[in-house]
Amino acid sequence: MIKMSARTDCSAKESAAIRGGAIILALVTVSFFIMILGHNPFSVYGSMIEGAFGTVYRITETLRKSIPLIIASLGIALAFRLKFWNIGAEGQIMTGAMGATFCALNFPDLPSWILLPMMAAASIICGGIWGAIPAYFRAKWRTNETIFTLMMNYVALKWLTYLQYGPWKDPAALGFPKIPGFSQNAVLPTVFGLHAGWIIAILLVIIMHLFINHTKRGYEISVVGGSENTGRYAGMNVKGIIIYTIFLSGGICGLCGMIEASGVNRTLSVGITMGAGYTAIITSWLSSLKAPVIPVVCVLFAAMIQGGTFIQMAFQIPQSAAQILQGTILFFVLGSEFFIRYRISFIKNIKSEEGE
Amino acid sequence: MDISFFTAAVVAGTPLLFAILGELITEKAGQLNLGVEGMMLMGAVVGFKTALITGNPFLALAGAMLAGALGAMIFGVLTVSLRANQVVAGLTLTIFGTGFSSFLGQGLMGEVVPESMKLFFADFKIPLLGDIPVIGQVFFNQGILVYTGYLAAIIAGLYLYRTSTGLNLRSVGENTAAADAAGIKVSRYKYIHILIGGLLCGLAGAYLSLVYIPSWQENVTAGRGWIAVALVIFCRWNPYRVLAGAFLFGGLDIIGFRIQKYDFHISQYMIDMLPYLVTIIILIIVSTRKSSSGSPPASLGESYFREER
Repeated sequence: MIKMSARTDCSAKESAAIRGGAIILALVTVSFFIMILGHNPFSVYGSMIEGAFGTVYRITETLRKSIPLIIASLGIALAFRLKFWNIGAEGQIMTGAMGATFCALNFPDLPSWILLPMMAAASIICGGIWGAIPAYFRAKWRTNETIFTLMMNYVALKWLTYLQYGPWKDPAALGFPKIPGFSQNAVLPTVFGLHAGWIIAILLVIIMHLFINHTKRGYEISVVGGSENTGRYAGMNVKGIIIYTIFLSGGICGLCGMIEASGVNRTLSVGITMGAGYTAIITSWLSSLKAPVIPVVCVLFAAMIQGGTFIQMAFQIPQSAAQILQGTILFFVLGSEFFIRYRISFIKNIKSEEGE
Repeated sequence: MDISFFTAAVVAGTPLLFAILGELITEKAGQLNLGVEGMMLMGAVVGFKTALITGNPFLALAGAMLAGALGAMIFGVLTVSLRANQVVAGLTLTIFGTGFSSFLGQGLMGEVVPESMKLFFADFKIPLLGDIPVIGQVFFNQGILVYTGYLAAIIAGLYLYRTSTGLNLRSVGENTAAADAAGIKVSRYKYIHILIGGLLCGLAGAYLSLVYIPSWQENVTAGRGWIAVALVIFCRWNPYRVLAGAFLFGGLDIIGFRIQKYDFHISQYMIDMLPYLVTIIILIIVSTRKSSSGSPPASLGESYFREER
């Protein structure tokens, strides 16, 4: 007979080993899938790694793709700590980018040192408000935030489409629906071959770690996330905490939008997010919502995306294979958490023991 | 606004109808599966591919439903047996399903459903009922799957409120521990109804790719799976109300396209926001009114572990 019992004694090492095992199992499962497609899984995985880290250019590309994931994951992790299921990062990135683009298009001649901070502030405010709207209703009436934040993604997408095809359309593009490129002043500077967004990402990781673990505000988030009632009995302003935390969460995602628009695309388009808002949900959960782990997981995921484009060229395997691989990894890690929280033991049938 | 608008609203509402019913049945077992969008996409692509290969509508629909059930099975193993967080498991299923459908859908772009199959799904009038003025034209002059949708909602209602199995199911969703103590096989109930939910979501996806569009389009669901999750709340977990909710939103879905000819000075993209904005407004209204009859199953979203109290 199989017996399950809850456990709390799982050490950090043990749980890391269980998660690592789950990732390996996921890779093995996907290998079977690759074999069915008629490819050698070792050479496919090998060339994925080569495609992601093979040359300096590819490493830069991988890191470039990891920046939006890291920043959005930090924002999402903050919300998830509160057990606020913010899946609206996608929309918050878009509105943040819209705010930044508004500044970039209207004040193209301001010097960089004024314009860039202004764009960053606008993006944080826009993304933050986009997050705070569902948070307000959740705090006041417990409106389901999962669907609310998701619907806000579609509203933001339609709004951005409207801007791109309407008021913000580049008159110089001969009718082609695109938003004008940014002036040089509105573009993030390049530091060591990569736009300065990487510095912002690293700073945010450090700030987030300190904020969660070493400030009163951060502690309140953990308490309210554990149990709203505990927070209320301790005299915390639970509604206020929910709203400003999600404002921060959305603001960080909004900043991610500004960095992508300014550092990578140098303009804004409906494809700005590249799905980062959704992928970041996976990465922040895989990082157990811990800020220092997030960059590691995000670089690995960016490597999968970058490697995915490479295997598309080398093996004609569609790029969406990377998405399936990501989903499978999270499936296995989610499943493996059972073994971190519960102990499985096999015990002999009680009746047969009595008979002896 | 002519009568054809309402006929078209019923057609646009049918994929929502199947998806809402699927999610409703899953939620009645206390499981919150946010993977509806993913399961719909899996059903859409498998149904479409089977249709191209076999040309047989029954095989295509069966394939789509099995694909949806496959997604649901993954969700079931994770959340019922392994007690994973249901929100995250559902989100992952959506991400997985999106990848799955664009992977299998590679190269299907521009393909259309075989003519013989279009004939199978074509509209036909139901005798007598179809002759009723207006109502007959709107509701009883439709394709076979629309009628299947009406039946599915009624059967789901009878099942939930008129059978003992339905009663057991509701008790699993309301108070899992009590149901367990009463000798109901909780895990089996959860698995079966998660799978039924998956079958219906797969069918919803197939309706989109085979009947509604009917050609291949990347990301054919366009958020309908999520709207379905929201509409379960709007319909207050009652299968009969699902009919109204689905067709109302079917109307919202097509209103942007229909309104163009009236030359309003509103951008098409702004009108496209409507279904999402209305979903948000409904969510808010439902949450401000707290009545016991319209509340979710009490154990919704919670993992059940017998030894925990």
